[in-house]
Amino acid sequence: MVPVDYYVVLSAILFTIGALGVLSRRNPLIIFMSIELMLNAANLAFVAFASVYETFSGQIFVFFVIAVAAAEVAVGLALIVEIFKTKKNINIDEMNSLKG
Amino acid sequence: MTQPTYTDFYTLLPYLILTVWTCVLLLVDLFIPRGRKGITAFLAALGIAVSLGYAVTQTGIESAGFSGMVTLDGFSTFANILLLASGLFGIALAYGYTKRMGIERGEYYTLLLFSLTGMMLMAQASDLIIVFLALELLSIPLYVLSAISRKLTSEESGVKYFLLGAFASGFVVYGTALIFGATGSTHLVSIFAQSASGSTSGLLLTIGAALLLVGFGFKVAAVPFHMWTPDVYQGAPTSVTAFMAAGAKIAGFVALFRVFSTAFPAIASDLTDILWALSALTMIVGNLTAISQTNIKRMLAYSAIAHAGYILMAFVPYGNEKVAPVAVAAGLFYLAAYALSNFGSWGVVIALEKAEGKGLEIEDYAGLAKKYPALAVAMTIFMLSLIGFPPTLGMVGKFYLFRSALAGGFPGLALIGVVTSLISAYYYLRVVVNMYMKEGDPEVEREPWLGFTTSITAVITVAASLVPQFLFMLAYTAVLR
Repeated sequence: MVPVDYYVVLSAILFTIGALGVLSRRNPLIIFMSIELMLNAANLAFVAFASVYETFSGQIFVFFVIAVAAAEVAVGLALIVEIFKTKKNINIDEMNSLKG
Repeated sequence: MTQPTYTDFYTLLPYLILTVWTCVLLLVDLFIPRGRKGITAFLAALGIAVSLGYAVTQTGIESAGFSGMVTLDGFSTFANILLLASGLFGIALAYGYTKRMGIERGEYYTLLLFSLTGMMLMAQASDLIIVFLALELLSIPLYVLSAISRKLTSEESGVKYFLLGAFASGFVVYGTALIFGATGSTHLVSIFAQSASGSTSGLLLTIGAALLLVGFGFKVAAVPFHMWTPDVYQGAPTSVTAFMAAGAKIAGFVALFRVFSTAFPAIASDLTDILWALSALTMIVGNLTAISQTNIKRMLAYSAIAHAGYILMAFVPYGNEKVAPVAVAAGLFYLAAYALSNFGSWGVVIALEKAEGKGLEIEDYAGLAKKYPALAVAMTIFMLSLIGFPPTLGMVGKFYLFRSALAGGFPGLALIGVVTSLISAYYYLRVVVNMYMKEGDPEVEREPWLGFTTSITAVITVAASLVPQFLFMLAYTAVLR
């Protein structure tokens, strides 16, 4: 039996990697993957804690997170495709028509 | 497994009515011919009005539904009424604007309604699962709405809003996971019960609460989580910006108030410093950056950031039992005052906006007073209200906010608030100076619903400031206890 602390530490590492990825990457698709990593780090923590407390509510939250993440993918990819059609480029640094 | 009861449904009644109405409207819209989407707008407004009627009848009623996942109380009713009224104003502003800008689509109104249902659910959520679902339900339609005009600037703002919004929801989810780990529950009341009993891991809980604060900070546009705000407010169609600026801010603050004052009073001593710093930074950065803006949409965006700071200021002493109800009441009151001047000022911006993003510089307001005196008076009222100058609702609201910060024992923060308010007078009055003292020949679009919105918000902003106790007592009786 792996102690729950290990899971929590792993999830914290995954979350940090995800957050750093969002801040450092320049391609929206990779940024988006990093956000998914953050969400899944939270899912891992939820499942680990749920097994400690022997309750279902943590696992139910995971299902909601997965479903919402799918909805976010649908909207996010549509937005990225749409801007690619207009701009032929999706680099974040070149999304600079708004400034002041 | 228990069957849902009548009480469960009654608790969520305004929300359920609006949700069902929106789903039906999505289908009905298919049969409304292109170019006559004004019908969809009227149907959407009708749905909001019906829901608003039921929300008003729930005044003073308290109940809980769906195993305590959602709550109906004075707080949620006040927020629901405020949000539904914002929805009506949002549709009134969009009606003519979308036609004029060639973005009139039925989906605009259904997306707006879906976002509105998310905001209402947020006001009633008493479990972190519902808070998360409501947050996504309000955000995802807003991402689409910001990109709806399919111009480069609009799409860019949609992508930026989406990426940063999704980033923020990552923080909310992870924060919830840590809170669940510390207390074994996601229900707000049991989180408090666990943390007050002292049997929990305080560090895990505090980190979780701080991560939640990051997520809400993104939604209400508090510094340092405000980077998306100016770009999104500028790039999105102006009618969307108006709705987003009021609705998302109200929903974010309502969730912040409820979650923090229900679940985290026991760790208030750790969180107060964080809130203090957030509030001070938000007021200073928001106001100072607004000074250098030449585009009215960007200026109002930074002003929206600054106002998030003022509302946070009142909430800093939330752990103090004596001050907390007054603080929340002051916050609610100011949200109402802010929503009014927000819709009014964005309405004036819409009236002056031309296609291809022209007419959005502050210089374009030169000469407005000579040509359209009524519009200039309305804009002056909104600017004065945003500064906090009498006789407007903004002044009364700021007075309550400062009083709450002082009562909580944070004179330094109140001082920062007063000084930054004085600084803000510079950039707000610049608009007024342009309208009254410079020569120019502005062109204004005349639309009945737009005129209705600007005039009614201006009248309420002034009239309600003469009898502020009425609204404040409403907010005060709405407070969480």
